Amino acid sequence: MSYDGLRSLLPKNDLLGFAVLALLLVVVLPLSLDIFRLNLVGKYLTYAFVALGLVLCWGYGGILSLGQGVFFGLGGYAMAMFLKLEASSPENTAIQSTPGIPDFMDWNQITELPWFWEPFNSLIFTVLAIVIIPSIFAYIIGVAMFKRRVGGVYFAIITQAVAAILTILIIGQQGYTGGVNGITDLRTLKGWDIRTDEAKYAFYFLCVFMLFVCLFIAQYVRKSKLGRLLVAMREMEDRVRFSGYDVSNFKIFVFCLGSAFAAIGGAMFTLQVGFMSPTFVGIVPSIEMVIFCAVGGRLSILGAVYGTLVVNWAKTTFSESFPELWLFAMGALFIAVVMAFPNGLAGLYNKYAAHHVEKLLGKKKGQSPDAKATVGTQGVAHERQ
Amino acid sequence: MSASNTDFVLAVEGLTVSFDGFKAVNDLSFYVDKDEIRVIVGPNGAGKTTVLDLICGRTKSTEGSIKFRNKELTKMKEHQIVRAGVGRKFQTPSIYGDLTVFENLEISFPRGRSVFGALAFKRDAEVLNRVSEVADMIFLSDLLESRADLLSHGQKQWLEIGMLLIQDPELLMLDEPVAGMSVSERRQTAELLRRITKDRSVIVIEHDMQFVAEIADKVTVLHQGKILAEGSAEEVKADPKVIEVYLGH
Repeated sequence: MSYDGLRSLLPKNDLLGFAVLALLLVVVLPLSLDIFRLNLVGKYLTYAFVALGLVLCWGYGGILSLGQGVFFGLGGYAMAMFLKLEASSPENTAIQSTPGIPDFMDWNQITELPWFWEPFNSLIFTVLAIVIIPSIFAYIIGVAMFKRRVGGVYFAIITQAVAAILTILIIGQQGYTGGVNGITDLRTLKGWDIRTDEAKYAFYFLCVFMLFVCLFIAQYVRKSKLGRLLVAMREMEDRVRFSGYDVSNFKIFVFCLGSAFAAIGGAMFTLQVGFMSPTFVGIVPSIEMVIFCAVGGRLSILGAVYGTLVVNWAKTTFSESFPELWLFAMGALFIAVVMAFPNGLAGLYNKYAAHHVEKLLGKKKGQSPDAKATVGTQGVAHERQ
Repeated sequence: MSASNTDFVLAVEGLTVSFDGFKAVNDLSFYVDKDEIRVIVGPNGAGKTTVLDLICGRTKSTEGSIKFRNKELTKMKEHQIVRAGVGRKFQTPSIYGDLTVFENLEISFPRGRSVFGALAFKRDAEVLNRVSEVADMIFLSDLLESRADLLSHGQKQWLEIGMLLIQDPELLMLDEPVAGMSVSERRQTAELLRRITKDRSVIVIEHDMQFVAEIADKVTVLHQGKILAEGSAEEVKADPKVIEVYLGH
């Protein structure tokens, strides 16, 4: 991509934002936290993938999905299935009545690896499946809903129902899915022990890298005409339709993209946390993810990352001291965000801090007029929502 | 019912739509010529807006045929009808308030209308020229970088007209384009309409009879979903039936 292309993709203010986040995640946190805490941050970051997808779907496109846990789960389960198969080699499972299959299958009197587990012996298939299966699933839901012009609250409720159904399915089919315990006791990735500190560091950086890949994709979409179309659709869907666009296709696209992001997050979760279970699929985690996005500011892709980190850090700190109060705090937080600062952290930043930063930047480098214009319109766009 | 092919830009034949048995438009037939400005008038609830909704595909007809350049529209989807060359302005200004005037016009530019087309869309010279050309026409050249919801009501109406112009439709449908405008804005709009209606057919819904007389080639008076009278503005004004149900009060 040309220099101009890059500049229009990442104007000065956005570039600064990306750089600060990169500095924080790549340098500051790894140097200041021990591996236990850093691994926790890595876990939080996996939710940021979901929140990022929600910024595009909900913040830009106005499509509120309360079932993103489904896609997080599908990605996470795909990864877990591969790792579980590797951990279930005939030598490791010699004491089972059927060696060579995952332990929970053996406990459930299953004597043969189910057909849909077979392909997960391949790492390449698994990596592709992590992105493609959730995208196809999102595509099917998207076509079924958006082509019929189901939207708004109805869409939110249906996605929530899907999350509930998938949870019930996973729990009910214990022999095939590991049931309520999930898929646990994951050990190695191509022979490399994933439980060591070294592996945890590696996965943390892989997670940060993938997050930035997704952030760049999101930034590209946001800056393209498609990003502006999403905003236009959110406001005046009929006008977009009567300007010659098939509105449903754009909704399907952004929903699939958000789902693919969530799925990558899910896979990163499995790698770093070492298991996957239905607790991360259902209604509650799906709603939590919407809260992360709202706290960060639903129009800000970087805000989504900060929102996720802040809420999760609060959750960990808070529930270490007052475990029973956390859910109330979370509810209160959501109400506070909606009532007091609907643009979330990004909104607060734009209102109180952005012009100081701009001043600093301006003094140092002198402001080019075109960067100023971009910053201006963005600031306003943030103010509004 | 299938209508025969004609030389008309728009041929509406036997068009009926019923909502729970109530026929909002009842066996309506009319024809619009190339480059004709047709004004539809009528009392509230006569079915004027419904007719536009039917033509642009927002409402599905119960019966009848709508042919645009001999292409049947009743089976087509909204975006396909737009791409075929029918543009429609809504009664209340429908613009994207969070976007700038420039972006509003750019989105309406007929290129990159598919998902991947929109992702690959580039702001090239053609787009910039066309946007500034249209902005000139609609008196908004100085406001290209303003957010659209900061515009006055009249300016919003113009912006929406501009968003249609940039698509260069062969048939333009305007629903009360001067409603809520000040006198001077009204004058400017009349001038604008005269300019943009060259080389295209236009259907306008309007109440202001003076404005109607100023722009119309032909006037259709609707009443209870049916045509009450059709003819030049003068003929229609003089029609006793029209005076009775519409103009008299």
